[in-house]
Amino acid sequence: MRVTRATRALLCGGCLLATTVHPGAAVFEDREFDDTEVAAAYQGLIEELRCLVCQNQNIADSNATLAKDLRDQVYEMLNQGSSRDDVIEFMVARYGDFVTYRPPINAATVLLWTGPFAAVLVGGGLLAIRLRGDKTGSAESVSGSDASEQAAQAWLQRQAAAPGED
Amino acid sequence: MPAWLRIGLVLGLFGGLVVVLALGLNRNPREVPSPLVGKPVPAFELPRLQSAESLASSQLLGTVTLLNVWATWCVACRQEHDALLAIAEDPGINLIGLNWKDDPSKARRWLQDLGDPYDAVAVDVDGRVGIDFGVYGAPETFVIDKAGVIRYKHIGPIDGGIWRDKILPVLAELE
Repeated sequence: MRVTRATRALLCGGCLLATTVHPGAAVFEDREFDDTEVAAAYQGLIEELRCLVCQNQNIADSNATLAKDLRDQVYEMLNQGSSRDDVIEFMVARYGDFVTYRPPINAATVLLWTGPFAAVLVGGGLLAIRLRGDKTGSAESVSGSDASEQAAQAWLQRQAAAPGED
Repeated sequence: MPAWLRIGLVLGLFGGLVVVLALGLNRNPREVPSPLVGKPVPAFELPRLQSAESLASSQLLGTVTLLNVWATWCVACRQEHDALLAIAEDPGINLIGLNWKDDPSKARRWLQDLGDPYDAVAVDVDGRVGIDFGVYGAPETFVIDKAGVIRYKHIGPIDGGIWRDKILPVLAELE
């Protein structure tokens, strides 16, 4: 199927539906490999490379024609003796860091890599401060409620002495 | 901590979050910045659509070129076509088409029926040159300077506003 921008949203919706109906990896081509290591490299690469047409799919799962072309490209390069890194380098040179699901750490991606950890640290820190504040807060409220506690105790004693009086 | 400071801090954090999310939501995730901007044009030699000669990347040297990636199956290319015809009225602009993953006979008919804005069209039937250009959907348009370096990439159809605001300023800088 040929894909244009206008039909992509529909197609991506379709891809989503397809993945909910058939979970698990899709296989679009039968590939033959002389070497099991190359076969493993191929599978690893197509699972790691992002399909730029259907952006939240890797090229292993996408049936967009560009994904097929990129799978062909990966297959050919590996069969011609390219290494895994050669293929990644080839794709990144053309499509940018976005094409791989594990982008390298550089100035543009540092926030992407460290952001979640920073969020956990900040959130955890705020939570710790908050919890410590609550502990002193509750201690204060206990000491501050002596009068009402005494009143409650008195009421309980009256209840025990003469139930049903109130 | 005084109450006003507390409220100010919460409002400040909330406002910051709103700004970050608003910026994020207003960006188009389909527009993946090309690593090829600032790099020499990928080498290619392809057959031409309308003649038996070939068109090579080396032939782009010496003039500022607009390289427009299109196909007859691409709806947005049809939408863009009138803008390309208008652009082509300026004889100073070298507009080269890259007919991408298309049927050449359909492409020829398209140009006959709708008008031909291109100075030349290269045919990339299997899409290999498209991959070298990092093309992931048509239409895409590259601005290439006289030294054969890609200076700008526009993803999606060109219209009057995009031409005036995005592409003309780049061309003016290169002339």
